[in-house]
Amino acid sequence: MDRRLIIEHIPRLRRYARALVGDRYVADDLVQDTLERAWNKFYLWRPGSDLRAWLFTIMHNVFVNQARRRRYEIEQAMDEMPAVAVRATQGEHLELEDVDRVLRGLSAEQREVVLLVAVEQLTYEQVSRTLDVPIGTVMSRLSRARERLRQLLGSQAVMPLKVVK
Amino acid sequence: MKPVTEADLHSYVDGGLSESAKAEIEAWLRAHPEDAERMRAYAEQNAMLRSFYNPVLDEPVPAALLAVHQRAWQRYAAAAAIFTAGIGLGWFARGEFVAPQVVQLSFARQAATAHIVYAPEVRHPVEVPASEEAHLVGWLSKRVGTTLKAPKLAPLGYDLVGGRLLSGPQGPVAHFMYQDGRGQRLTLYVSRQRGEPRDTAFRFSQEDRVSVFYWVDGNFGYALSGEMRRDQLLQVAEVVYKQLNP
Repeated sequence: MDRRLIIEHIPRLRRYARALVGDRYVADDLVQDTLERAWNKFYLWRPGSDLRAWLFTIMHNVFVNQARRRRYEIEQAMDEMPAVAVRATQGEHLELEDVDRVLRGLSAEQREVVLLVAVEQLTYEQVSRTLDVPIGTVMSRLSRARERLRQLLGSQAVMPLKVVK
Repeated sequence: MKPVTEADLHSYVDGGLSESAKAEIEAWLRAHPEDAERMRAYAEQNAMLRSFYNPVLDEPVPAALLAVHQRAWQRYAAAAAIFTAGIGLGWFARGEFVAPQVVQLSFARQAATAHIVYAPEVRHPVEVPASEEAHLVGWLSKRVGTTLKAPKLAPLGYDLVGGRLLSGPQGPVAHFMYQDGRGQRLTLYVSRQRGEPRDTAFRFSQEDRVSVFYWVDGNFGYALSGEMRRDQLLQVAEVVYKQLNP
């Protein structure tokens, strides 16, 4: 049993955290808290099971706890969220900050689901286990998140996106 | 053909369908252009989100994140040092209350003390020998007030010597002793904890020559003590933990 296994998952934890919270430094703080917790609780991980899914579960718990403490800040941020991301509807290429802003327009619960599915490409079953909610809840959050994103991105126009690797 | 559900449509977008199921959905979407458009938008959301966040994977990982496990050891060491200095206050883990930590530190000390008292005992190390294991476990379970198990540590080279009932600050304590082929002894100290049920992570304390790993699981505290290096004891502690929490 080797805690160093965790290290190879750090880039993916950072990717998810970045999309989840937006700000790079806040995201790395989330990763750091997740790693510390994972380190201390590593004995709970069953060797042979999916370490990455386990780490995402921990990150989810840390995120939820932090969000509870920061509820006020989050609600405030939500209030400032424009209904529609301005630049995204003007036929321009999206910028990262637009995408960040659009994601902030989802509830944290919706954002988690859509990012775990779309970016982390977890199965619905894995998302259900990671977030500890029934699969039906995963599907309804996913459905609402995607519809909300579609509104925020401007439903009429299909964005010309260059997919960069 | 089965009715197409919203969940099927999302599975289609996320590539979670078999070829045949995919073909069915595609046929259905041809007859439902609005949904087809919606699914196209969802697929583009996927592509967009990946394209914006995948570059994070290629960023160098900040050193602070790589150093987490190094710091975690330092924290254990610092905590042990503070305890040794007799202060017993101020745990470094963020967001932890001080009071339960003090209880736990003294819990580690109780366990270490029991180890120091009984482990060197040659003639009467235990009250009930391992040959009467079922009786021992039943008796201690009844006195401590929970269903105990004596972990099986033979694969690690430790056989059960037996156990005894001790008196601790929180009442009865179950004390199991193990020994390897060279006479190296380990003891497991199990005691009810005051306050609300809770779980803690593994914690480590060095009490003079005795290393102690301890944790709280619900209403009970467990401490494994031995005169050995921390990493050696950790191996055993992990096995003990897994057996007690299958």
